[in-house]
Amino acid sequence: MADARVIPIGDGDRPRRTPPTSSTSTSTSAANAVAAGANRASGERSRRRTASPLLPETAGEAPSPDTSQRPAGADWESKVAGALAFVRRRITGEAEVDEFGFDPELTDSVLMAMMRPLYDHYFRVEVRGLENVPSEGGALVVANHSGTIPLDSVMTQIALREHHPARRHLRMLGADLVFQTPFLGELARKTGTTLACNADAERLLGKGELVGVWPEGFKGIGKPFSERYKLQRFGRGGFVSAALRSQVPIVPCSIVGAEEIYPILGNMKTLARLLGLPYVPITPTFPWLGPLGAIPLPSKWIIEFGDPISTLQHGSAAADDPMLVFNLTDQVRETIQHTLYRLLMARRSVFF
Amino acid sequence: MSRVVMVTGVSRYLGGRFTQLLQADPDVSRVIGVDVVPPKQDLGDAEFVRADIRNPIIGKVIARAEVDTVVHMAVIATPLGAGGRAMMKEINVIGTMQLLAACQKAPSVRKLVVKSSTAVYGSSPRDPAMFTEELEPEGLARSGYAKDSVEVEGYVRGFARRRPDVTVSTLRFANFVGPTVRTALTSYFSLPVVPTVLGFDPRLQFVHERDGLEALWRSTLGDHPGTFNVAGDGVLTLSQAIRRTGHPSVPLPQPAAPWVGQVLRRVGLADFTAEQIRFLTYGRVVDTARMKDVLGLVPRYTTAEAFDDFVQGQGLRGPLSRDNVTAVEERLVHAVTGRGDAHG
Repeated sequence: MADARVIPIGDGDRPRRTPPTSSTSTSTSAANAVAAGANRASGERSRRRTASPLLPETAGEAPSPDTSQRPAGADWESKVAGALAFVRRRITGEAEVDEFGFDPELTDSVLMAMMRPLYDHYFRVEVRGLENVPSEGGALVVANHSGTIPLDSVMTQIALREHHPARRHLRMLGADLVFQTPFLGELARKTGTTLACNADAERLLGKGELVGVWPEGFKGIGKPFSERYKLQRFGRGGFVSAALRSQVPIVPCSIVGAEEIYPILGNMKTLARLLGLPYVPITPTFPWLGPLGAIPLPSKWIIEFGDPISTLQHGSAAADDPMLVFNLTDQVRETIQHTLYRLLMARRSVFF
Repeated sequence: MSRVVMVTGVSRYLGGRFTQLLQADPDVSRVIGVDVVPPKQDLGDAEFVRADIRNPIIGKVIARAEVDTVVHMAVIATPLGAGGRAMMKEINVIGTMQLLAACQKAPSVRKLVVKSSTAVYGSSPRDPAMFTEELEPEGLARSGYAKDSVEVEGYVRGFARRRPDVTVSTLRFANFVGPTVRTALTSYFSLPVVPTVLGFDPRLQFVHERDGLEALWRSTLGDHPGTFNVAGDGVLTLSQAIRRTGHPSVPLPQPAAPWVGQVLRRVGLADFTAEQIRFLTYGRVVDTARMKDVLGLVPRYTTAEAFDDFVQGQGLRGPLSRDNVTAVEERLVHAVTGRGDAHG
């Protein structure tokens, strides 16, 4: 039932959260508010300022505050009703899930809501080149992977959902290890991840979805800090053949900042083998500070989407031409590597 | 053209229902039902032959009645009903071999329809999101019903090679649900407290018994060679399915699951094999495009509708049923808004 804890209020429009609190405080002490009058500086009051000269005369009468607060109260009530309906849909199992297990309602209103402060205020993510991501139809976003914990995929997902004009959901491809790990596998499926295999990638692209892939995999995310921003091998180029077969563009995506959140200084290989994990990192804070070591460093992030690489001129049969697949894989990798160098040169500091 | 159809496994629910359905068809002149135990349902005018398909008598029945269509539905899913795993394997695998041997010798046989299962795909974290008929399972099934189904399909393919004149349709059904059908999975969902595997919420797919019967009917009377996945549209996650029954669930850590499964099995509450636990951990979803395009079957019930029909038909109404939760929600809205019926 953990997924029913964070409740969306209304349409998730953040700035709207302030008016209801101010209006409820006025409703509980309507008379005092009228007397105190000008001391209040909330937006709600400033809108009503034109009516304030009339208020002292009608202060003792009920109808005037009631009519002025009615719309705000109804708004608040409909939000409560909306939140309760959300909880009811969760409890009775009526929420919609697609055949990949993606739960858009849960992703938007719970997980994105939880990670948004991290995106806005902690990593202060700056997104560039959103116009390179098509507003409709299939496309494959290919990005560099780093950061010990795949927060870079979460941040890319938020960037596209919240800041792209078409508010696109990014459907991600994950390693099989993700799906055999308890909780992680479940969470990954519900937030739109599916297994990184050609069948799934082509099925998603064929449905016109925006698919995200991090082809470096564990080699990228678990590499030591000394190798930061050096791209690892880009898998076996499976992502390129999927894009070719589906005839969708490849959008290279370069992420700067994720390398510094948990700098890996060492790897406890024996422990990793015992736990069946690809690596158990030693960072400046982990495992020395215990759970505090799980707090990432507040690096400043830049996510840049590059010019899309079209696959149309090659035709879908080219997916079976290994040389072309290798060349395209290299092209994507080089593009991302050079963008990373350019962004790093222009960066003032890791944290600002 | 009048047809003579032989159905194996008629004494179980789906076999019996299918026999009734066949008799209503004017094209079918004779229906012969075969099973080891007498049928519980009324088979109408169908002839019942009490025989084991492992017995050579089956060959004689086919020859004498000049059977042209054989519908093989005698592959059983749970060892509980069969009297042990060894017996189950005997009936499933050896039975199919004997039946196919008899069919191969019978020149009258023109069509073979086999009821198989999507269990042949197995369940693993390495599975693609949806299995098409061509995809091979990740790792071969090592035990139970899945292994039997894989072997049965293997023998059926061998038969199709040796008798190219026979139209062979293999139907891989997702788990059956509905108001009357009873399987290991329906008894699992009927438990007062439903155990699940901690940290996993698999995607499940169901087929309504009506749609399943229609798939059998279409492949028996039409001409659709090949293998078909049969399932309702859409998916339900295990947590959604359990919430729809209104029963509470209790998550168990993965290592404890087989142990609890065995206890439940010993007590006879639910049939929890290792295979079933893998299914309830990783789930399984199949692609049904071929069923719609080639078999021409558009399922009347989606996975969710089929499951709801099962919940209603079998009268499952746990404490967290939709009516109760909606009532609480309404009461809360009333309390919060304090407006009686003023809210929208």
